Amino acid sequence: MHKFFIRSFVSSLVLLFTFTVAAIAKDVKAAFVYIGPTGDHGWTYQHDVGRKAVEAAGFKTTYVEGVPESADAERVLRQLANSGHDIIFTTSFGYMNPTNKVAKEFPNVKFEHATGYKREHPNVSTYAARFYEGRTILGTIAGTMTKSNVIGYVASFPIPEVIRGINSFTLAAQKVNPNIKTKIVWAFTWYDPGKEAEAAKALIDQGADVIAQHTDSTAIVQMAEKAGVYAFGQASDMDKFAPKAVLTSVENNWGPYYVDRVKAVANGTWNQKDTWHGIGDGMVVISDLDSQMPADLRSKVKKLQADLASGKVHSFTGPIYDQKGNLMVAEGKTADDGMLAGMMTYVKGVEGDIPK
Amino acid sequence: MIIDINFIGLIIASIMASAVPLILASCGELITERSGVLNLGVEGMMIIGAISGFALMTVTGSLIIAIFGAMLAGVLISTIFAFLTQTLITNHVATGLALTIFGIGISAMIGKNFVGIPGKEFPVLFESLKDTIPLIGPILFGHSIVFYFAFALPFITSYFLKKTKIGLIVRAVGDSPDSASNQGINVRLVRYACILYGGAMSGLAGAYLSMIYTPQWIENMTGGRGWIALALVVFSTWNPIKILIGAMIFGGLTIIQFHMQAIGVRIPVQFLTALPYIVTIIVLVVISRDSRKIRLSTPSSLGKSFHKDN
Repeated sequence: MHKFFIRSFVSSLVLLFTFTVAAIAKDVKAAFVYIGPTGDHGWTYQHDVGRKAVEAAGFKTTYVEGVPESADAERVLRQLANSGHDIIFTTSFGYMNPTNKVAKEFPNVKFEHATGYKREHPNVSTYAARFYEGRTILGTIAGTMTKSNVIGYVASFPIPEVIRGINSFTLAAQKVNPNIKTKIVWAFTWYDPGKEAEAAKALIDQGADVIAQHTDSTAIVQMAEKAGVYAFGQASDMDKFAPKAVLTSVENNWGPYYVDRVKAVANGTWNQKDTWHGIGDGMVVISDLDSQMPADLRSKVKKLQADLASGKVHSFTGPIYDQKGNLMVAEGKTADDGMLAGMMTYVKGVEGDIPK
Repeated sequence: MIIDINFIGLIIASIMASAVPLILASCGELITERSGVLNLGVEGMMIIGAISGFALMTVTGSLIIAIFGAMLAGVLISTIFAFLTQTLITNHVATGLALTIFGIGISAMIGKNFVGIPGKEFPVLFESLKDTIPLIGPILFGHSIVFYFAFALPFITSYFLKKTKIGLIVRAVGDSPDSASNQGINVRLVRYACILYGGAMSGLAGAYLSMIYTPQWIENMTGGRGWIALALVVFSTWNPIKILIGAMIFGGLTIIQFHMQAIGVRIPVQFLTALPYIVTIIVLVVISRDSRKIRLSTPSSLGKSFHKDN
């Protein structure tokens, strides 16, 4: 009798313990803070695709969209941390200070900040994608496919992320075609379909026959389709919006990273780190290459993609000069991450000045 | 830099295309305001028109149903405004602002299922005539029916207000609802009609954006054009022809500043981006600076609630 009691007591304890562990593991709740609406079909939309991957992996998720990068962000973060979320992803650069501030108040909650560089507390990690690798591929295609040798580029805001993209694109295009000119138009918006379309139209009217974009809507590829020029999709595969114009797209693929980090919290293996993943880790994905591209260009692009993934080729390999002819990266060297992160000068061959 | 006659024609054509939603929404709002009602919900009605048009086009596949459906959606949402301000006598400004917030919210909700779907091609008229005449060809031909309607609208609106009896009634109701009421005019009915008309035009402006100009749906795609349309009405001193001028200047400077950037003109980009807003206001203020005319054309009872039983 006595023995039976002890045995059942112990076994129920074990059972209870397993259940609790399982419950804890399953109960990890992740929250996502978005700058725009999930319906933008661009930046926020792709983060939300990543969130759905976390949900599919069996975790509970919450999201708050359209959160301004102000004191509002702090309020939202504090509320999410208070309501039982274990890991919070803040998906815009401007959340950098609010994230670190709130992280200090909630040491048991993990914070993941996208595209920033401040990790002031042990519970803050940062992550970003090497989109410039994708732009090396786009530049190679653009330089080969252009007939007018004028390439249009619709840019959003003068920040290192965008400048890096313009430089990487231009360097790659010049490599295959030294005669090209990159014309840049700043739209000063991340997404406003009307404005983006007008910017693209202006570039096309001035002779650009390939259009690249660093804004989020599909208006530019649609305009390219109408005008009969080539374009590239941004953030997601935009081929269906402009089947003739879109040669390929650079997709933002956050899902695997998000699932990885939420699982790490569940397993108790989460640690602070700074992640900057590119094509090699699958955070930057190149969509299918359009059949309008000649076969040899397609195989060249495939090889370049593999070489970028393996690290054999780096987007910023010297010699690289700035617009005034000063050496930025010496021959045989590649730009280090510090230089890339703070890149605010155009390379030689880009026309115009960076807006200040 | 390429400057030939056709290049200029292309630029003018794209300026006109960008002015279309502003003209439509402004001319609609102008009628509403001429009847004495200030509806700040233009942005909200536009975005409702945008999602309704796009959704109907995707679901039914019919462009005609979509265009008229978008106008009807504008009418329906403005009915809420009309009921609140005319029947329940609520404050125009507060109700209009609420309408905008409501429109943006509800369009996002309906739009969830329509993100990432490409739009259909909208037919254009006289495409074959486009290359027959230099300069004029690209300006006059190869546009959608909504485009032609928008450029006729300011003249129709002007004629309607100045030369027709109903136009006179609308102005009478806007200037002195009490006198109009004493003359046996049903002030509330006229104002209802003018509000619904404004809603229909805003809905059409939104549908132009989501179905013709940039055929797609994304949240907030009107991007503040409703507010610019509202400003145009005021700065044009309630004159439809000046609305046309204002919309052309605004659209024109937006597009020309992109061209200046692409050419490499060394003017700070931020200044160029602000230019359309600054210049449009300056020009409209200058061409309408006659204070006597402003007093005459401003609807005297604008934004004031009308109580019939006093």
